[in-house]
Amino acid sequence: MIKLAVISGKGGTGKTMTTAALARLLKGTLVLADCDVDAANLELVIRPTLIRTEPFMGMKTAVIDPALCSRCEECREHCRFDAIECLADTCRVNPLRCEGCAVCVHVCPVAITIQPRQTGEINYSVTSRGHLVHARLVPGAGNSGLLVHAVKKTAMDQDPDCDLFLIDGPPGTGCPLISTISGTDIVLIVTEPSISGLHDLKRVVAVCRQFRPRILVAINRFDLELSLSEKIQCWCNEEKIPVIGKIPFDPAVIESVRRGIAVTDSGPGPAAQAIQTLAAKLEQELSDLGNRR
Amino acid sequence: MKLAIASGKGGTGKSMVAANLAFTLAWTGQVTLVDCDVEEPNLHLFFTTQASTREITLPVPVIDETACQHCGKCGEFCQYGALTVLPNRILFFSELCHSCGGCTLVCPNDAIHEEPKRIGTLSVSNPQPGLKLISGTLDTGSPHAVPVIREAKKQATHDPCVIFDTAPGTSCPIVEALDGCDACIVVTESTPFGLHDLQLAVDVTARLGIPAGVVINRSDGKDEETLRFCTDHDLDIMMTIPFSREIAAIQNRGELLCRVQPEWQKDFCSLFFKCRALAGVER
Repeated sequence: MIKLAVISGKGGTGKTMTTAALARLLKGTLVLADCDVDAANLELVIRPTLIRTEPFMGMKTAVIDPALCSRCEECREHCRFDAIECLADTCRVNPLRCEGCAVCVHVCPVAITIQPRQTGEINYSVTSRGHLVHARLVPGAGNSGLLVHAVKKTAMDQDPDCDLFLIDGPPGTGCPLISTISGTDIVLIVTEPSISGLHDLKRVVAVCRQFRPRILVAINRFDLELSLSEKIQCWCNEEKIPVIGKIPFDPAVIESVRRGIAVTDSGPGPAAQAIQTLAAKLEQELSDLGNRR
Repeated sequence: MKLAIASGKGGTGKSMVAANLAFTLAWTGQVTLVDCDVEEPNLHLFFTTQASTREITLPVPVIDETACQHCGKCGEFCQYGALTVLPNRILFFSELCHSCGGCTLVCPNDAIHEEPKRIGTLSVSNPQPGLKLISGTLDTGSPHAVPVIREAKKQATHDPCVIFDTAPGTSCPIVEALDGCDACIVVTESTPFGLHDLQLAVDVTARLGIPAGVVINRSDGKDEETLRFCTDHDLDIMMTIPFSREIAAIQNRGELLCRVQPEWQKDFCSLFFKCRALAGVER
């Protein structure tokens, strides 16, 4: 199984649109995972059939029993996350701030316990291209990195013998992104020709290099600012990162998202053609990697 | 007023709205702009100027191997698996540590003390009169976004008018950025992705009890679904910015719409007045 994650650094550059099209175009057996658990969108353009949903228990959360709380405030003084609020008659935990460290339980084992809390759900679906595992984080909940880890593991367990594990990743460089790229063989970074896109590309490449995937780049909407596309190409050349795709701005992309299909299924427009070229180059990368193993 | 700009979906134009709003307001008063998208901060790209920068650190445990009896209490206590106690030494995984201080409390031999570990930087600059820019930047490879956001926000505690540009998503970095804000602008785009994530972002603001309004960016005129959602949820659409290659190019080059096309300033002024009404505050 080759593990490929589509990521971006900057949000909104076209990860999900690209992933959906690649899922349709790449050959062999697939398992799909949507690791953008904060705002999972792959299901909107890949039309899965939901098989089942399971609760996801994240980090535990402290709970104070008001009947046993003497309001000494020692828990509040020791909490480094400002998660405990002491009122006139009792102290209470803000579950959005609590990181489940259990320091409060240590200082007050009488009134405080630490309890499991559901912070999301994991969904198992099937698509025309294989299994899809996706998730929904309870809005405002923490531990998205843990949920990403659970989504990846669950997905790989669905079909351990498949040819390709294709991941739609989260934006950013933090906990969920690190959890997404760890253990992958290839990352495809979808960027855009803006100074923000280039800045964020450099940062996410720096994070990827702390792991060992092969790094590839695609420039989406490259024709909206040709001078910056050129700059991205030059930087990638210097860094020896192959730019394997340049996708033009094409209103057919938004139209296909509105219709709930991959852009490559909406007819032979300029974006669809560019993504087909991208998929062919990626196919070559996958086969090279397969041959080296 | 403390105003947050959020989105759910990435790349809808949060930073664009935040930067233009701050640029416009700075002509008439003092405004502080805080970049809380510490994983991919971009506001400094629109306001290039000399900034003073300092490190942000978190306390992490350091074990005194001469005092340690390898009893295993710290490893048992750590909820994050950051400490593994072997018969003759301790392995510490700093990227898993949340800096709760629990290990120092449970150690019966006083063998653990804490030392600062760098996780990011905080930059403060004055790119134009009336405007203070505070940017938190997470070090690449560090997973600890929340403490960097907390430090960046702390820097603006006493400022009267603050705009917080948040990360996309709905998880802990967004909650940290939104906490304590008087109102929130949710920036969206008229696609099923935009709408889906707008719903999630509005859900977060509702859970936190923060009044929210909507800005539709890159509108191609097909906004019906978004309009319907906003009407059903009693959300005011405070501004609609059309898609144009010209606006995209201005933004992509790192320029400010309100500087290049000053006629936009009155739209951003009016957006600010609507936010003030939403928050129910004077300034």
